Amino acid sequence: MADNLGTSPDEVQFRFRDDEAVDHGTVTVDACCDQTNAAAVRIEPGDDARLLLPFLDRLALVEVNFPSFGDGRGYSAARILREAGYTGELRAVGQVLIDQLSHMRRCGFDSFAPDKRLDEEDARRAFATWDNVYQRAADARRTIADKRHEA
Amino acid sequence: MYQYDQYDQAMVDARVEEFRDQARRRLEGKLTEDQFKPLRLMNGLYLQLHAYMLRVAIPYGTLNARQMEALADIAEKYDRGYGHFTTRQNIQYNWIKLEDAADILADLARVEMHAIQTSGNCIRNISADHFAGAAADEVVDPRPYAELMRQWSSFHPEFTYLPRKFKIAVIGSETDRAAMRLHDIGIRIVKRDGEVGAQFYAGGGMGRTPMIAPLIRDFVPLDQLITYAEACLRVYNRYGRRDNKYKARIKILVHELGAAEYTRQVEEEFAHMLSVGVEPPLEELARIAAHFADPAFVEGPKTLDRSDPDFALWVDRNTHRHKHDAYVSAVISLKPAGGIPGDATADQMRLMARLAKQYSFDELRVMHTQNVLLPHVRIADLHALWTALDEAGLGSPNMDTIEDIIACPGLDYCSLANARSIPLAQRISERFAQTGRTEVIGELKLKISGCINACGHHHAGHIGILGVDKKGTENYQLSLGGSEAEDVSLAKITGPGFDEDGVIAAVEKVTDVYLEARAEGERFLDTYRRIGMEPFKEALYG
Amino acid sequence: MKILTGNDLRSGAVTWWNGTGWSLFVDDAVDVGDDAEEILAREEAARRVNVPYAIEATIDAGGHVRPAHIKDRVRALGPTVRRDLAVPTANKTGWDWVI
Ligand code: HEM
Ligand code: SF4
Repeated sequence: MADNLGTSPDEVQFRFRDDEAVDHGTVTVDACCDQTNAAAVRIEPGDDARLLLPFLDRLALVEVNFPSFGDGRGYSAARILREAGYTGELRAVGQVLIDQLSHMRRCGFDSFAPDKRLDEEDARRAFATWDNVYQRAADARRTIADKRHEA
Repeated sequence: MYQYDQYDQAMVDARVEEFRDQARRRLEGKLTEDQFKPLRLMNGLYLQLHAYMLRVAIPYGTLNARQMEALADIAEKYDRGYGHFTTRQNIQYNWIKLEDAADILADLARVEMHAIQTSGNCIRNISADHFAGAAADEVVDPRPYAELMRQWSSFHPEFTYLPRKFKIAVIGSETDRAAMRLHDIGIRIVKRDGEVGAQFYAGGGMGRTPMIAPLIRDFVPLDQLITYAEACLRVYNRYGRRDNKYKARIKILVHELGAAEYTRQVEEEFAHMLSVGVEPPLEELARIAAHFADPAFVEGPKTLDRSDPDFALWVDRNTHRHKHDAYVSAVISLKPAGGIPGDATADQMRLMARLAKQYSFDELRVMHTQNVLLPHVRIADLHALWTALDEAGLGSPNMDTIEDIIACPGLDYCSLANARSIPLAQRISERFAQTGRTEVIGELKLKISGCINACGHHHAGHIGILGVDKKGTENYQLSLGGSEAEDVSLAKITGPGFDEDGVIAAVEKVTDVYLEARAEGERFLDTYRRIGMEPFKEALYG
Repeated sequence: MKILTGNDLRSGAVTWWNGTGWSLFVDDAVDVGDDAEEILAREEAARRVNVPYAIEATIDAGGHVRPAHIKDRVRALGPTVRRDLAVPTANKTGWDWVI
């Protein structure tokens, strides 16, 4: 069993949730589909996030791994889970860099465990980059178009 | 023309500050070049042969005089007094300093311009028919849809680290003047029984494996346009290949899955997306469209005095039918014989800006042929316009002729090049101008790329030239029969390559074959299609 | 001989390793022999140069440093189609030198 897979709460540098963080290892997507009790799972770039949809109720933590920041599949994985109603913790792990934070947030990530700790000040600025947004995404922010046409 | 509101302005301003911060962190060593590169690329900043290069977006090719003047100012203040207009309706500066880049972006933002997503593995500047809103044959003006997509694609949170770059073109007529089917997604806005919608093509492209995009949906209702595009992109983001950068474009995905299977997956995602609700409100499209209302056209003479043969020739070659019969669209050629295709000096930019104010309702367009268009010129003003252009050396009457060459920067500027493209273009245009054969030949689209990436569209040239490396020396492959218009086709290689002199001679031989064989009214491309490759091969290698 | 070249991080200008620093002139380039890797790593880390690399070069008949690849000769002098913008250099062999 891959108990030591995944990040521990200590490695989470930014978290936008109030609940208690899950404190045990994650399993792979395959294992999660076979096992009935796993509450924490880790998605690799090539995994199909939709395989998890039947189990969303029992999941409290989904880690999405970014082994390389240039591989953007994890952004789709995150949005797919949120679109399907997943409300548990969605954690970006791996090569998570300053300049990806605001987009990740918009795709539904609410915790971040970068493999190299980020400069707090730079990160704060990055999360606040966009006062407004053009597209609808997983964060339910009202878009510029919505604001332009509100009654 | 579209005008920013407070939101659009705030977005580009925020982007400038974001980039300023990124550049600072790079200079302080907080970002490695590997980390910084995708960030600078998403702001159009490349590192090229001689310096940094900045690519500025000209969304769907439209500019007003103030914006063109700002481009001229940037050329003077931060570069070496000129810029290069590209085939995707951008402008590139070749001598930029990293230290200045944020200030340049700030200068651009002041005139509602930016360099956002002009490079990188994201959705690039949306291009459109350069005759939009002016052409007599237009069914629907594509610009509002292009602007809607510009906003949707800017800073898209999910699609910023795609497998590879993603280029979208939008047209609104049967005639294709934007190489629409050679884009990752090509959209034709159509009317069906009075209802407006979008035809989607996906998986076209040039580069090392050129492909023509197949139709994947014949009609997407207007209130689902963004949703459908989002579905196309999501399937690509999830399943496009990432193991090999030469196989990462959507064309490979569509090819490997088959158009039918790709379409099935998109439709499935689309059905899901409709339930999520990502479409902007339809009033937004109406708001944008209001910006593209016709200018106040006035009646006037519909004919002109053709007694000056030079003027008459320019009118025949460089003007295009307008939807209002007292107007035409006039092409300013950036292809003087012997010149560098697409380059314009700051002074020339200022002159074009002035003429646009005077004669074209303050509007210019960058054409994908690397020329500049004044979209709405009164027939009554044409002679005065031509006189001013001619005096400034911008009056070459050569649109769509063999002198109107598309050439990429090639080895003179580009770090990926195998061979130079510009000197070839210069020598060919000079030669044909001197011998007077340009007019005899008529329409002939010659396109040159300095390497397999095909930025010069050589696959789509009636005659295409590709620079290759032959044991450390420049060599050129010739191809024939391509087209990027509605009769789209990919050119075929004639045979072994040539050196620089050899390929110029080869172009002449090929045009000789055409002149001998052509039937009444046939363009070079038509003759080639009728008689096939053999006679040309015979003349070249026989 | 083996020489090093890159672009200045701030200005983007083409530069050549002259043994102690980075020069704008190809003629100042020195043979680095087996030290290429070490110098490249150190200089890039110090952010004195961006994406530097080692190339082969020769000393030509006129005594000038001549990079083996045409691309680096274009970099050394400037675009062949804009001779007015050429890098001012000691190289008097002219544009044929590039090709
Ligand atoms: C000088 C810097 C440039 C670099 C480094 C560059 C790089 C590239 C690369 C790598 C590709 C191939 C992409 C692929 O197939 O995956 C490409 C394609 C292309 N580029 Fe460029 N390019 C440059 C300049 C230009 C210019 C000046 C133009 C316009 C004149 C241009 C327009 C295009 C077009 C139209 C394509 C082919 C269409 C496509 O398949 O995307 N590029 N470029
Ligand atoms: S075709 Fe090749 S040489 Fe020409 S600009 Fe593109 S990448 Fe550079």
